[in-house]
Amino acid sequence: MPPPNSPAAKTERLMNLVMTLLYTRRPLPKARIREIVEQYRLAPSDEAFDRMFERDKDDLRELGIPLVTEDLTAAWDDEPGYRIHQRDYALPDIAFAPDELAVLGLAARTWSHATLAGPAAQALRKLRASGVEPDPEALVGIEPRLATGEPAFGALFEALLDTTPVAFDYRRPASDSATTRHVQPWGLTSRSGRWYLTGFDTGRGQPRIFRLSRIAGPVRREGKPGSYSPPREHDPGRMLAADLPEEPSGEAVVEVREGRGAELRRRATPAGPGPHGGSLLTVPYADLDRLAEEVASYGTSVRAVSPPELVAAVRERLTASAQAHRGSSQ
Amino acid sequence: MTEPAGARVARLLAMVPWLVTHQGIDLTQAASDLGISVDQLNDDLELLFMCGYGSMTDELIDVSTEGGRIFIANADTLARPLRLTRAEALTLVVALRALAYAEGVTDHAVVERTMAKLENAIGARTVPPEGSSVAGRGLDDVVIDARLADASAESTRALVAQALRGRRRLRVRYLVPSRDESTERDVDPMRLLHLDGRWYLEGWCHRAEATRLFRLDRVEDIQALDADGTPPPDATARDLSAGTFVPGSDDPVVTLDLERSWEWVAEYYPIETREERSGMPTRVTLRASDPAWVVRLALRAGGGVRVVDPAELAAQVEVAAGAALAAYGHDAGTPAGTSATPLGPGTNGGA
Repeated sequence: MPPPNSPAAKTERLMNLVMTLLYTRRPLPKARIREIVEQYRLAPSDEAFDRMFERDKDDLRELGIPLVTEDLTAAWDDEPGYRIHQRDYALPDIAFAPDELAVLGLAARTWSHATLAGPAAQALRKLRASGVEPDPEALVGIEPRLATGEPAFGALFEALLDTTPVAFDYRRPASDSATTRHVQPWGLTSRSGRWYLTGFDTGRGQPRIFRLSRIAGPVRREGKPGSYSPPREHDPGRMLAADLPEEPSGEAVVEVREGRGAELRRRATPAGPGPHGGSLLTVPYADLDRLAEEVASYGTSVRAVSPPELVAAVRERLTASAQAHRGSSQ
Repeated sequence: MTEPAGARVARLLAMVPWLVTHQGIDLTQAASDLGISVDQLNDDLELLFMCGYGSMTDELIDVSTEGGRIFIANADTLARPLRLTRAEALTLVVALRALAYAEGVTDHAVVERTMAKLENAIGARTVPPEGSSVAGRGLDDVVIDARLADASAESTRALVAQALRGRRRLRVRYLVPSRDESTERDVDPMRLLHLDGRWYLEGWCHRAEATRLFRLDRVEDIQALDADGTPPPDATARDLSAGTFVPGSDDPVVTLDLERSWEWVAEYYPIETREERSGMPTRVTLRASDPAWVVRLALRAGGGVRVVDPAELAAQVEVAAGAALAAYGHDAGTPAGTSATPLGPGTNGGA
């Protein structure tokens, strides 16, 4: 038998407690449980047993096991009894078809390189207990991944699940030092492989978006679970969209060398031959500076034609690049 | 053994029902299906043998591993798995919702059907039990939004998925942005991946005679050929755990100075070193397999990114910027004698 305080001994004790409380037809008083579960019988004193039993109850509830307290009959005075109802414990019998199990497997695999790999695999094991096997040929070679490389993800997921306010240090781009932010998490959203936290920034008194990769150091829990409610109508997609580039607001004309500017061409409309031997393209844009960056990156392959602000922005950019590297070609 | 008791209990409670429905399963097979080692499985079975709702033999779980096959009896109390925890249910629900954005990759109808069954089964059952300190909230109240979507075409994704299943060779016209050019190649598909917000085809490229990764939104044209697309036996999938941008150890090292507003570059690409210098731009080094993208980055950044080393690469940026400026006329600080040149075979970043 393993030493009494080892994880193995505790596992055995918890398993026995679960089985005992599931098996019983009526709530069991503490004293009776102590008689049944061997490890409790061996407890050196009443106090030691009480401590152990209290901790074990908490541990089981933390695992999501619906351990309930019910009144006993008069014979036990006002002492409570304990049990676990099968109907609350057991996963309902769900008959998944082989192709559905394959999709569930794919869903679980999606997290396989992420913080949630454990819960996802565990969920799949439970759903597969029915004995139906997934279609092994389906979805071979398909590997979607929801990565959670940001260290803050795990703690924020937990906080979101039990609605616990958090605090963390946040670095803003183009700013030197991190500031501490106090946030009630409302949602976690992944866009283009990056995770964002939306929530209410209690320090600023406003809803805010945080990029998880800019959170420095640990996420600290601040306050009780369930101490706030996210607004029912919260739509993180809309909040993010307001922060990211909007719909195209203007049209630019650029001249592109034959066979060049492939990425530009894909969203542009041809506008005839250009004065320098290339072809003219009309390009819709939302952000003039972004387009200027893109045009500049093509070097001699693409030349800005209009509007004049774009031409100026591209020239300014190229001039700055040339100056930053001046003398390098000597 | 370092596995905490709670985690092990959760694992065992899921394992028992699985073993009950897989009576007689081979020990090695079971360990592999359960994602644990054979030693771990033996330890688990030995422990289960000691568990029961009493101490009498007929109250204990009975486990036999005779002939390397697992039989489990007297485990009726644990025959059903514990319902999903909220975290477990959420992982699957969020991933299924994300998959619903991947039209063409999976059969949409199957995803919808699976989701409906799952949500139906877990619906109210994931609300924390009585006595829990957590306020009861359904899954619908937890906003986690991930989408396995990108700018690639549904038809491209569907074609790749189909070719994978049918082991067909693909002909791909692919845009290489750092060179600003399109190339055509035949590819034996190995994987259809979604990484960092984008879909990729990984396959054996007959042109490069190596495993290559293709971003699906840069596929300009794709067709399935009437040829067997089984990759050669020595084609191996790449380890992409560090991301798609995997620099080779013999790629040249480039030193860049990043102004504050361009420091995101260090977040996007795997950098080798980073040096914060007070009052000065942050200095980073990274490995660049293709110097062309460094030149394009420096042109794009307008001085926000300065190539420090190698000097030849910095010189390329200066020349490329000067040549591009020349197309706009005299007064832009261009080297003398190069004004008003037509758009021509100049020093493009990708040259």
